[in-house]
Amino acid sequence: MTTTRRQFSLLAAGASLALVAPARATPEKMKVAIDAFTGGKPVTEGRVKFEISLLVENGNSVPLSVLVDSPMTKDNHVTRIGIFNEKNPLPDVAIFHLTPRSGRAQIATRMRLNDTQFITAIAEMSDGTYFSAKKEVVVTMPACVEE
Amino acid sequence: MARALINIPQKAKRGEIIEIKTLMSHPMETGFRTGLDGQLVPRDIIEKFVCTYNGEVVFSAHLYPAITANPFLSFTTIATESGTLVFSWTDNKGETQVQTASLQVE
Repeated sequence: MTTTRRQFSLLAAGASLALVAPARATPEKMKVAIDAFTGGKPVTEGRVKFEISLLVENGNSVPLSVLVDSPMTKDNHVTRIGIFNEKNPLPDVAIFHLTPRSGRAQIATRMRLNDTQFITAIAEMSDGTYFSAKKEVVVTMPACVEE
Repeated sequence: MARALINIPQKAKRGEIIEIKTLMSHPMETGFRTGLDGQLVPRDIIEKFVCTYNGEVVFSAHLYPAITANPFLSFTTIATESGTLVFSWTDNKGETQVQTASLQVE
């Protein structure tokens, strides 16, 4: 088959787009990352108090904290807390491993945000159930733009 | 690697839940940015953080490039007995930096 001029230019445009567009997480990729975290088990909304600014000027450093409602006993505690995003280059942000010796299921850190997006925090309980909370954060100046 | 700041109470009552804050000096280079030469700047991030309390792991974390430069982590633990807390940060090249703090439990 001979390639027409139009086909060629379309192909070229596609190829250059593929080269230029940076790899980015998408809501679908976030779902895949969450499924990898939960093993595909259902996630219930609730029990997780997720605090992050709703509007940030600078996406380079956004403080966040997670507090999970759990007695943190040997038989009933939070084993992991995972943070996931939709639009950074990678869907994973961090995974925290807690123990009954944590006393309280509470963590805080700072993250980068590449764009306005939903951030999800998921807690894994010792009985194998999952709870989550999600927040939308509006970013006026994304991370990753300056060199 | 470089300096780390650790904020931990010097003394605590037995059974008290104490908050520990750590700040590690590190660029957390994502591996997604291009440098002035047009080439990707190689990834250089802390991937793993572990805190042990008298030898037992009480908290650990796996970090991805979305964590900020100079990663800040805050978590809690129960003050069970006087002893040493060991904090370690491991980067994607396998280099580990360790710092310790002592806690007195009354």
